[in-house]
Amino acid sequence: MSGQSTYNPKSGFEKWIDQRLPLPRLMHDTMQTFPTPRNLNIWYTFGGILTFCLVVQIVTGVVLAMHYVANAGMAFDSVERIMRDVNYGWLMRFIHSNGASMFFLAVYIHMFRGLYYGSYKAPRELIWILGVLIYLLMMATAFFGYVLPWGQMSFWGATVITNLFSAIPLVGTHIATWLWGDFAVGDATLNRFFSLHYLLPFIIAGVVGLHIWALHVPGNNNPLGIDVKSPQDTVPFHPYYTVKDAFYLCLFVIVFAVVVFYAPNFFGNPDNYIQANPLVTPTDIVPEWYLLPYYAMLRSIPNKLFGVIVMGGAIVTLFLIPWLDTSRVRSCRFRPLMKQFFWAFAVVCVILGYCGAQSVDAARFGIPLVWVARLGTIFYYAFFWLIMPIIGLVETPKKLPASIAQSVLGDSAAAAAE
Amino acid sequence: MRIALPLGIGLLLAVPAMAAIDTTRLPVKDVDFSFEGPFGTYDRGALQRGFQVYKEVCSACHSLDHIAFRNLADDGGPGFTEAQAKAIAAGYKVPADPNDQGEIFDDKGVRLTRAATLADYFPPPFPNEQAARANNSGALPPDLSMVVKAREGGPHYVYSILTGFHGTPPAGFTVTPNKYYNPYFEGWNISMPPPLSDDSVTFSDGTKATIAQEAHDVATFLAWASDPKMEERKRMGFSVIIFLLVLSGILFAAYRKVWKDAH
Repeated sequence: MSGQSTYNPKSGFEKWIDQRLPLPRLMHDTMQTFPTPRNLNIWYTFGGILTFCLVVQIVTGVVLAMHYVANAGMAFDSVERIMRDVNYGWLMRFIHSNGASMFFLAVYIHMFRGLYYGSYKAPRELIWILGVLIYLLMMATAFFGYVLPWGQMSFWGATVITNLFSAIPLVGTHIATWLWGDFAVGDATLNRFFSLHYLLPFIIAGVVGLHIWALHVPGNNNPLGIDVKSPQDTVPFHPYYTVKDAFYLCLFVIVFAVVVFYAPNFFGNPDNYIQANPLVTPTDIVPEWYLLPYYAMLRSIPNKLFGVIVMGGAIVTLFLIPWLDTSRVRSCRFRPLMKQFFWAFAVVCVILGYCGAQSVDAARFGIPLVWVARLGTIFYYAFFWLIMPIIGLVETPKKLPASIAQSVLGDSAAAAAE
Repeated sequence: MRIALPLGIGLLLAVPAMAAIDTTRLPVKDVDFSFEGPFGTYDRGALQRGFQVYKEVCSACHSLDHIAFRNLADDGGPGFTEAQAKAIAAGYKVPADPNDQGEIFDDKGVRLTRAATLADYFPPPFPNEQAARANNSGALPPDLSMVVKAREGGPHYVYSILTGFHGTPPAGFTVTPNKYYNPYFEGWNISMPPPLSDDSVTFSDGTKATIAQEAHDVATFLAWASDPKMEERKRMGFSVIIFLLVLSGILFAAYRKVWKDAH
């Protein structure tokens, strides 16, 4: 952990570097000897997977930007030209467009894992808050990126989302006009969205650096949610977690490759292969799947301003989780009641996503989905603002194991290792 | 709420027909295509016949903007030789560059043209949207180079539309003047007259030109036009996934070995 460097420069060159810019020391301490709980499971490999996703998006994105033309008259054709005439352009484009979906898939697993094992609880509040910030930046980046191909969904999605700002009293329409750089979504909007889409990933990379830095102060949480107490509780990051992360990353990349090569338009909307046309509105404007739960919340509320507040509040709430959870126990493994509500919450998120994908007047089994979305929105808020604080106080947690080593190796082995 | 607005417009447009009967488009016909599945490839014969249907029928009204004549000889495409593609291109006229007098019109004011080459793209049937609408009772025939990936149902949708004419409209549904009944089209009123009939083309390979055959072939051709890199993509995907599976196996062995004594 921080402050306990075990780096020992051997050659004269390493000593020379270490006295001036101790980068090798940093790498050694954070990626090699870093003591990591020995009981991290598959769900803890998604941090590494997410770093991989970010790198893939930046590398493919930089290549795509060499061929893309950010001009309302040419953007759509330039994307199609990338797919047809640029060497391996179709590969770059499909990796990048599906990479966004894989990135969000991984980030949702990562976030639900943090929620389940109480990884946001003291002393890891800032890791969680930086994580939510990354998530927010990811949503902005994905939104800007989705506008760039300048298809029908690009254009109308941009129109719907930027119009949300016009709900703000008094200055709303001015803010919308300022965002557009025009009186409607148009060429000026496309150009600034391209600029921001190129900028934000580097800001994400910076916040990821802080996120990892903050992680290396208290060290990893673990599925038991108990603190590391002795060296027997940990293993060095390398080779134990480098090899484990590499294996699960490889499995993740297989899923990624199946999508890219065999179902590259699976997450896409056919309407986005029709060029943006301000005069023709698609019958259903649907955002990308990873934004659907929030879209369902927004649509379920008849008042526009209130809808925007509820949607924004759903994300702001995430920042406050470290203080909304009153439990002394971190992991849901030892929280029988919270465990059930956790899974209920996960199901509600999926239901909200489903509602967001359907047309606004749809009904299932005679129940209007807008009411399902309303109930889901109420549960979302109740989960964080009522259930979380109350259960932390009333729940009787199960008995926690004495140590990580004892839980993993059994009493005798842990004693022998002492 | 402004989000509701587009939906409202959509509903309003559908209202005249919806008054009597639900005119949501029927599910697409589930015909088989050779290019479906992880190992599916385009049937070269179908691509060449489909190109013939496009050229002799569809191209009268529909453009094919993203396809150049050189693409006809590309790997994974219809499989014409370069010489054949050149010959096809030479049969088309495209606007000429200014001549050495700097003129682009002849004495009678007609635009100078030249024969197309491999580098040229298929010329559109109409010079602009207004001309296209004026010739099609106000409707705009969509460009076909991306139509398969721009429609829910893809090639099945194209096939269903092309074979979906000639039915008798159900009682309670009236066909709008200048439109045609096609229940596979949203709203059931389509501006396109039935484009295909038996023997509307003569296939040189002896295939009998039924409506179903022509529709199936042109749907295959348009699927290629939408996704010309499909064969390369699937081929590369196979190698990539085999590589990743082997790599996973090696990593799994390393993982087990490293962790053998740790738990």
